[in-house]
Amino acid sequence: MSTPLGLPTLRSGTADVPSLPDGVRLGKKDFTSGSEVRWCPGCGDYAVLAAVQGFLPELGLRKENVVFISGIGCSSRFPYYLDTYGMHSIHGRAPAIATGLVASRPDLSVFVVTGDGDALSIGGNHLIHAMRRNVNMTVLLFNNRIYGLTKGQYSPTSEVGKVTKSTPSGSLDAPFNPVSLALGAEASFVARTLDTDRKHLTQVLKAAAEHRGTSLVEIYQGCPIFNDGAFDVLKDREESVARLVRLEHGQEVVFGAEGSQKAVVRSASGFGVEVVGLEEARAAGREPVVHDTRTADPSLAFALSRLDEPTMAHVPVGVFRAHSRPTYDDGVRSQLDAAREASGGTGWRAGDDDLEALLRGGDSWTVE
Amino acid sequence: MSTVPDPQRSPEQPAHRVDKQVEVLERVVIRFAGDSGDGMQLTGDRFTAETASLGNDLATLPNFPAEIRAPAGTLPGVSSFQLHFADHDVTTPGDAPDVLVAMNPAALRANVHDVRPGGTLIIDTDDFTPRNLAKVGYATSPLDDGSLEGYRVHALPMQSMTVEALKDLGLSRKDAERSKNMFALGLLSWLYERPTAQTERFLTAKFAKRAAVLEANLRSFRAGWAFGETTEAFPVRFHVPPAPAERGTYRNITGNAALAYGLVAAAHRAGLPLVLGSYPITPASDILHTLSGLKRFDVTSLQVEDEIAAVGAALGASFGGALGVTTTSGPGLALKSETIGLAVALELPLVVVDVQRGGPSTGLPTKTEQSDLLQAMYGRNGESPVPVVAPSTPADCFDAAVDAVRIAVKYRTPVLLLSDGYLGNGAEPWRVPAVHDVHAVDPDISTDPNSTADDGMTPQFRPFLRDPDTLARPWAVPGTAGLEHRVGGLEKADVTGEISYDPANHDRMVRLRRAKVKGIEVPDVTVDHGGQEHADSDLLVLGWGSTRGPITAAVREARRRGVRVAQAHLRHLNPLPANLGEVLLAHERVLVPEMNLGQLALLLRGRYLVDVISCNQVRGLPFTSTEIVEAIEDVVAGRVRPTPRRDAR
Repeated sequence: MSTPLGLPTLRSGTADVPSLPDGVRLGKKDFTSGSEVRWCPGCGDYAVLAAVQGFLPELGLRKENVVFISGIGCSSRFPYYLDTYGMHSIHGRAPAIATGLVASRPDLSVFVVTGDGDALSIGGNHLIHAMRRNVNMTVLLFNNRIYGLTKGQYSPTSEVGKVTKSTPSGSLDAPFNPVSLALGAEASFVARTLDTDRKHLTQVLKAAAEHRGTSLVEIYQGCPIFNDGAFDVLKDREESVARLVRLEHGQEVVFGAEGSQKAVVRSASGFGVEVVGLEEARAAGREPVVHDTRTADPSLAFALSRLDEPTMAHVPVGVFRAHSRPTYDDGVRSQLDAAREASGGTGWRAGDDDLEALLRGGDSWTVE
Repeated sequence: MSTVPDPQRSPEQPAHRVDKQVEVLERVVIRFAGDSGDGMQLTGDRFTAETASLGNDLATLPNFPAEIRAPAGTLPGVSSFQLHFADHDVTTPGDAPDVLVAMNPAALRANVHDVRPGGTLIIDTDDFTPRNLAKVGYATSPLDDGSLEGYRVHALPMQSMTVEALKDLGLSRKDAERSKNMFALGLLSWLYERPTAQTERFLTAKFAKRAAVLEANLRSFRAGWAFGETTEAFPVRFHVPPAPAERGTYRNITGNAALAYGLVAAAHRAGLPLVLGSYPITPASDILHTLSGLKRFDVTSLQVEDEIAAVGAALGASFGGALGVTTTSGPGLALKSETIGLAVALELPLVVVDVQRGGPSTGLPTKTEQSDLLQAMYGRNGESPVPVVAPSTPADCFDAAVDAVRIAVKYRTPVLLLSDGYLGNGAEPWRVPAVHDVHAVDPDISTDPNSTADDGMTPQFRPFLRDPDTLARPWAVPGTAGLEHRVGGLEKADVTGEISYDPANHDRMVRLRRAKVKGIEVPDVTVDHGGQEHADSDLLVLGWGSTRGPITAAVREARRRGVRVAQAHLRHLNPLPANLGEVLLAHERVLVPEMNLGQLALLLRGRYLVDVISCNQVRGLPFTSTEIVEAIEDVVAGRVRPTPRRDAR
């Protein structure tokens, strides 16, 4: 048996979060805690922290209504460095803990900070279920393709054949593509960005925070100690222009330097997409695909996510999907509201009389 | 609410009446047994509800297989429901049934050996075919071969009589046969003068949308009653007068329902929203079912992806200022261990309910056991003290839940509430408390900074600055300006809550967490000397949790036989009552019955150096009072002694 839920959509992710009074603005400093930051020199986490401290004031929210929950791993120290409410929890469980918090507190803007091992290995189950439920939270998935805090073992996003302390002969298992995984798990907002591109990072994080539902942002993040150079080809100015496919809603998907531009077109087989020269494509009457983040059908977003390959010849970044659908926590609360209303109770819950009636039940008897 | 209906009123005037004798009984133990699909649990539940409303005291023991529908007519598929009711205080579901209602050969075979000699067997004979007899290993029919000679046997074709009663309803034979449990219920209701109005009301509500099924059930129920009234096979009906009871409003309740209501009432009184994170598991799922229907009391129930997410969601909600609760059984508790450890480190309120079942591993999902005590006490990494509270009867699950909430909120700690399958599924009458009598714990959620910065002026919030009396830390929740802080599983500095790897600080924090739990206020354990004021008993029988009923019955019986025996029962396993050591030392011998292999005994020996004597069984069923009486007599007679000490030289 199922029943139509009639839930609202199309509200901002922070619609129920109290904002600052008019004229009051917070700055980066307000979101910086007194704790000394303890990441390795050169770690990509510094850049993400700076970007987050930079963009949080832009949301215009009261900082006491912002919460960061993390799991375990280098990046999961994140909450300690922000002067908001925070919880550094246990390995892989942050999405589950955040689910309970979000379901009971609509007035909070909740961020989950996690890494490739935390989110995709030990916590894979919680991540996919949070996304399918569409819990209103923003997940920052720091992907450095290595286990850093345990000193350098391969992770579920490491390339096949990765030689590490635990895989001296090369790792055997194929990696996850976090964007494909998120789309397959019905995530309503999926994006990818890079620690080295402050502007892009900020734009994507802001869009993610304002999306109502689970926003999954994969952040390519360099680990100079245990996976140095993993994203070097994307850091180099020229190389990045040639390789990064910057997705924009409503825009043709083209990339590359002037003169050698490439286009993403529907593949000849009819399924998926492929990369061809832009001029060659136009000559053959094959128009580049137009990116649509809002469509209910995730097929194009998924096809774009499959452009990834180990040499990083073309790496799509930006928002893959930003589709509005009812969130789990709104649903939970609307069922609660409906039950309270139906019970005729005033205020926020049924009263003592109702509780006494419940305790007595239908079949009570009295001894005089 | 209803007043006691006239038990003599029959639901339907029979065609002719046979004059019946009425025999007055003090107590009866009935067991209904049939196939898992025969509706024996429902039949037992209804008979129990009728009995409760009549004012008898009672205790029940549902007993069913883990398979939803084992192959029909086989021994593993037998499901039973035992009910003990009396005109006096009842503490157990009864050792040996006086009456067995067996709906098929398998039910007879699986249960007849438990029936007391001379007991009554009411047998549905329709399924006694050679094939069905062979299926359960009967070479000849026990109805004919004299093997039931020691019992009063009523062999009745109940299935055929049901079909006959429903013949003009146009049901298939198979559908008609499904109401045979109601025929049996009607017959037994007549035999024991049970009121029928409630059952009719219940059926009417249950099958409101299925008129044909409702009609079939009502008619079968009335046909069973009418058969009793008219047949000469039952010349006597039985009257069990109401038990004396204190004034008040009563209802019948299972442990799982009482536990759920206790959590709701305690949260309601504390003014806290309740957030349940749960994952279905036998025998705890009924708590999830109950709480998911109580949204109007500000109860959010989240059925999440696994046991770990369930406790995680509950803890996340607690961080946000709700009362986080998670419900499970042993295997689920194992999965939750790491998160409970996190809750110990965060020092946030959390109630973890474990409705224990037989283990290890999947074990006996539908059977009871008390073997998670050590898991509850110690099943986490590091020094990770958690208060443990154990209800002792189905109705007591309400009070134990209220107490667990009190401790969790007042002391900012996860609390383990150890129920078990017997308590969860078993039922008894419960005097319903007034809501204002339920303990109201003050959540005392922080609104302002609790300290000043080093300058002595700037207000500052210190998340681990403890209450000097309770050692509880402040509960500051997101949304409160000025109290922003970070918590986490990494060790925190005392007072400030900053990350700290300082050796002395860790040593201090470990001891502080222990001291906090040790200092939780719990009442002294009371010792019952059977009305004697002085503690001159030869033996103390000490139990915890659901063994209270059988221990109480056994102690009464032992006293009747002249043994001087004292009884005490533990509600709080951590911390233990402050006077427990004194109580143990005041008795020459201490007997500890447990449905495990000696887990409380181990704790008592370790803590008090007292050589307690264990009495253990793990058959998946509660103790019978008889086996505890035997253990008491063995100890008193010196047949069982404490371990010999080697330091006697």
